Amino acid sequence: MSELLLFKDIDEPGLATIDVYKRRGGYEALERALRMPREEVLQNLLDSGLRGRGGAGFAMGKKVSFLPRGTIDKYLVCNADESEPGTFKDRELMQKSPHMLVEGMIIAAYAADANRSFIYIRGEYQQQAEILERAIAEAAAAGYLGERILGSDHSLSLVLHRGAGAYICGEETGLLDSLEGKRGNPRLKPPFPANQGLYQGPTLINNVETLATVPTIIRMGGAEYAKLGTETSTGTKLVSVSGNVQRPGNYEIELGIPSREIVYGLAGGPERGRDVKLWFPGGSSSPVLLREDLDLPYDFDSMAKAGSMLGSGAIIVVDDSVPVVDVALKLAKFYRHESCGKCTPCREGTNWTVKMLQRVDSGEATPMDLDIIASVQEQIIGNCLCVLGDAMAMPLGSMVAKFRDEFEAHIEAKRAANGLGAPLHDAPLDAALHGAPAGVLS
Amino acid sequence: MSVARFGHGSRIPGWDDAVDLSKDPASIPDPALTRVPAELRAAIEAKMAQYPDVRSAAIPALHAAQELHGWCSPEAIEQVACVMRLTPAYLTAVATFYDMFSTEPVGRQTVYVCTNISCSLRGADKLYAAMQDAAGDDPDFNVRAFECLGACDIAPMASVNGAYVGPLELGDAETIVAQLRAGEEVLPDKQLLRRKVADPRAVGGGAAGGATTSAPAQTPPASAEAEHNASAAKAPDADHSDAADRLFPDEDHGA
Repeated sequence: MSELLLFKDIDEPGLATIDVYKRRGGYEALERALRMPREEVLQNLLDSGLRGRGGAGFAMGKKVSFLPRGTIDKYLVCNADESEPGTFKDRELMQKSPHMLVEGMIIAAYAADANRSFIYIRGEYQQQAEILERAIAEAAAAGYLGERILGSDHSLSLVLHRGAGAYICGEETGLLDSLEGKRGNPRLKPPFPANQGLYQGPTLINNVETLATVPTIIRMGGAEYAKLGTETSTGTKLVSVSGNVQRPGNYEIELGIPSREIVYGLAGGPERGRDVKLWFPGGSSSPVLLREDLDLPYDFDSMAKAGSMLGSGAIIVVDDSVPVVDVALKLAKFYRHESCGKCTPCREGTNWTVKMLQRVDSGEATPMDLDIIASVQEQIIGNCLCVLGDAMAMPLGSMVAKFRDEFEAHIEAKRAANGLGAPLHDAPLDAALHGAPAGVLS
Repeated sequence: MSVARFGHGSRIPGWDDAVDLSKDPASIPDPALTRVPAELRAAIEAKMAQYPDVRSAAIPALHAAQELHGWCSPEAIEQVACVMRLTPAYLTAVATFYDMFSTEPVGRQTVYVCTNISCSLRGADKLYAAMQDAAGDDPDFNVRAFECLGACDIAPMASVNGAYVGPLELGDAETIVAQLRAGEEVLPDKQLLRRKVADPRAVGGGAAGGATTSAPAQTPPASAEAEHNASAAKAPDADHSDAADRLFPDEDHGA
């Protein structure tokens, strides 16, 4: 396994202060970057092959290159609204090495020629916000922020913006609306934020980990960084492992190592006597994978090929003592709560999915309901402005498909336990509806 | 099955409350007639100065007002509206969107218990019930089940007045309530800020249990060794059983 890049000095006492960070080589990458032309910095980002660490995995350098050139106000926004269930890597970075993020943002802003930047941090991260606020003040006092940074032609302001508790604000356009002081409703895309983002200006939005990796890329050189990991998933990645494992926490891995090495080797696997039942490879929004998928390499393409996604790099392990119905219901309730309500398929779909799963849970459902649940998920995917609905539909659909037997057995067991009547087994939808007592449907 | 009903026979509270048609919607409050505490005005104006568009300060301003008033009361909203030159309706719309703003009166002692997937796999639902029992009907407490707070490494966990603590046991609920009542720091040895990173290869890391100096023998197997173990991992071997004993041992990272 490669050496650590982001976590190398993470628990160094006082790393959150500028003195210790600089003693550890901090801000050297910035000084080097500012001596390069913008194009060279951008070329390094392109060469590095760095893919966004927030969930979508879009190439960061390409995203920077989409911003128009010229002397209009351009914005850099750091997405620190880490709210994907299971994800807590950005928290560790911001809390312990805030200057790494600040330095990365200054370099990224230089590459994109952005002159105003914001960190949108979720409101619950109050302690982390205070640490970042201090780091920003230190960086400004040291001349790394403000007008003509270190004598170059690059100027940048950086403002920390606290959110107030809304999962949807992790979606980039929802985040922009929230940052503009509105309800965090996602916008129609296109236009993409690179053309019309914050205050209608060109905006680059990147995740904390992505931006914090930028100084490393400048230090190593983009081509050198690209040698780490696999061909299409370069570099190292912070992985948050949680759920039924013995050593939950953040680990830095080189992309492409076997997933089993993360779940068992680093996080210790489930407790003795338990086995992995299912796992989410990239936060609760990623379709679930099974025990045998643990042999897959952990990178963007392997996860996509397996029908799931690397997402934010949050592995949630569920062991064989947990009923899959509980997991499904927990998830559906979360997405129902967090749906902003703007698009009907998501607003209604999450609500009806919860209601149907509650019927499954209480034994009132029939196997036909499972088909309806699955079809509702299909109706949500791709039919909304953002992917929040898809984020429920994809894992839920995969759970119903992969654990259908268990869902059916659960219904039967609960029906028997609750003394409910005979099931409407295999009744086609039409027959069930036409057989309903008069007046029920009118 | 009986359906809970509210006023007017509605199943949803408030949606069909009668509208007073003789009343105009509230306009932007008149600065001459609205009393705004000086420190709140200063805080909001400082935030407004940070953004190209002052409206961006809506959320920070509501945070400041909620801190002062305890909740986003009509009075708090009116004061923010007066300073920011926005209508109370606009700010109410914003406040109701976000989970951390409360448009009903709540207790000052805020305890958010995370009940999302990773925490509930480790007993968060029982913890939430225990926390509710511990706080009882003390109006000073605002105990809420919250969606993922981003600290699944210390699951099950809670955010107590903004400070993350975990991993919690059921007995910790009483302790938290007692410490909050006494005005003490809550569970100092379970504070997230004092916890080391889990990755054993980081400087001083390898702290699933929080040990600051983990002997090499105790660190989890890495790379090749892990791969070797992995094949036998279905029935955790001796290495893993060592680790099992170390699952959340008495934490000494407060030092």
